[in-house]
Amino acid sequence: MSLIKSSLARKYVMALSGLFLVIFLILHVTINLASVFSPEFFNEASHFMGYNPLVQFLMQPILIIGVVVHFVMGFVLEIQNKKARDVSYVKYKGSANAPWVSRNMIYSGLVILAFLALHFYDFWVHEMAYKYIEANPEDPTRYYHETVEKFAPFWRTVLYVVSFVLLSLHLWHGFASSFQSMGVNNKYTTGFKKFAKIFAVVVPLAFAFIALYHHLNPITH
Amino acid sequence: MKLYLKIWRQKDASTPGKIVDYTLDGVEGDMSFLEMLDVLNEELVSKGEEPVEFDHDCREGICGTCSLQINGEPHGPDRLVTTCQLHMRKFNDGDTIVIEPFRAKAFPVIKDLIVDRSAFDRIQQAGGYISVNTSGNTVDANTIPINKYDADEAMDAATCIGCGACVAACKNASAMLFTSAKVSQFALLPQGRVEAVERVQNMVRQMDLEGFGNCTNTGACEVECPKGISLTNIARMNREYLSATLKG
Repeated sequence: MSLIKSSLARKYVMALSGLFLVIFLILHVTINLASVFSPEFFNEASHFMGYNPLVQFLMQPILIIGVVVHFVMGFVLEIQNKKARDVSYVKYKGSANAPWVSRNMIYSGLVILAFLALHFYDFWVHEMAYKYIEANPEDPTRYYHETVEKFAPFWRTVLYVVSFVLLSLHLWHGFASSFQSMGVNNKYTTGFKKFAKIFAVVVPLAFAFIALYHHLNPITH
Repeated sequence: MKLYLKIWRQKDASTPGKIVDYTLDGVEGDMSFLEMLDVLNEELVSKGEEPVEFDHDCREGICGTCSLQINGEPHGPDRLVTTCQLHMRKFNDGDTIVIEPFRAKAFPVIKDLIVDRSAFDRIQQAGGYISVNTSGNTVDANTIPINKYDADEAMDAATCIGCGACVAACKNASAMLFTSAKVSQFALLPQGRVEAVERVQNMVRQMDLEGFGNCTNTGACEVECPKGISLTNIARMNREYLSATLKG
């Protein structure tokens, strides 16, 4: 019980769930990139992810738990942090000693959370309805078309791209920060921080590229 | 130089405070920030007004007594100095300076710019010590070989003067830099290993009980620390706590 209340244990939970989501992002962006370079492979991979029981009934629930734990713990910590300074400063110069991204993780996180609601509605809810409510037969060739069509509306493409910018800011601080929270700060940390920043730019950039590519290259029948 | 001061005035812990404006003329660049406040107080006393209360002791940056949030930064705009080492030459004629107490729920205001930092004492008392036999057959600490790297790191951590600037700077009012420095100064030395597990657990528990916030690794504490205590200490405390928890 004391462990649940411990500030450090909560930071471990935040860090480990964050790192888990980083690993998931790598898998997600790899499969999505295939939709640009090889629609056939994209269809195969998506079908596997959609129908493999291990993915569906083990990995998917773990992923959802990972997401929920990360944002719920984020809110819990934020509330605790706000309470820790009950009287605000008249003048507080946060920019003098810490970068904007590190001071505003809650806001970049909130945008990502709002994006996830849209993203779940766009793909996950549709997928669940297709498979379990409408009980449609398996169609291993539908994924590429469905994905490209999703990005036909300009508003959705813009919302996705803006969210990826916020994802980049969140990762810019969060990825390397999770290692510090787990107690890893050694001679490799400086190098790793550079890698984490490259990762924070490259992965969201790839996601944005995919969304824009499909928006600009609609399927013409 | 002439300065426009906006100073937090608060009668006592239970009375709400407010910012009061003062104009101070004749400030010299060679004055320390606290000497500037001394001049203001002399003026206030000569006018029959209540002087501004602020903490100070050694006035040479080693005791950790002085505090003050100056223009939004603990110990002011200079780096690696305490308020008593901050000189007025860092400011310009006509500047407006906002002076507030360190803000944290765990550092309640006693009066004006003085806050109660005894929460730090209680964290220290929870585990910031080693048990040494002092009954007459004390073993000289220098007889135990310690590699220079560890000794230097421990000494760096031990330079923390417990002023509370880390808490004041942190957007979460977190005390992790202070606590981690006090954990590290013992964790790195063989004498400190004996009680290492209980130490980190008890000090972190006390830190949480005092109502400090969590570390979000912004690094503000490290930048504002007058002694340059490094964030690596927080990582070490996180490691120590994880290992202590796993050991049960």
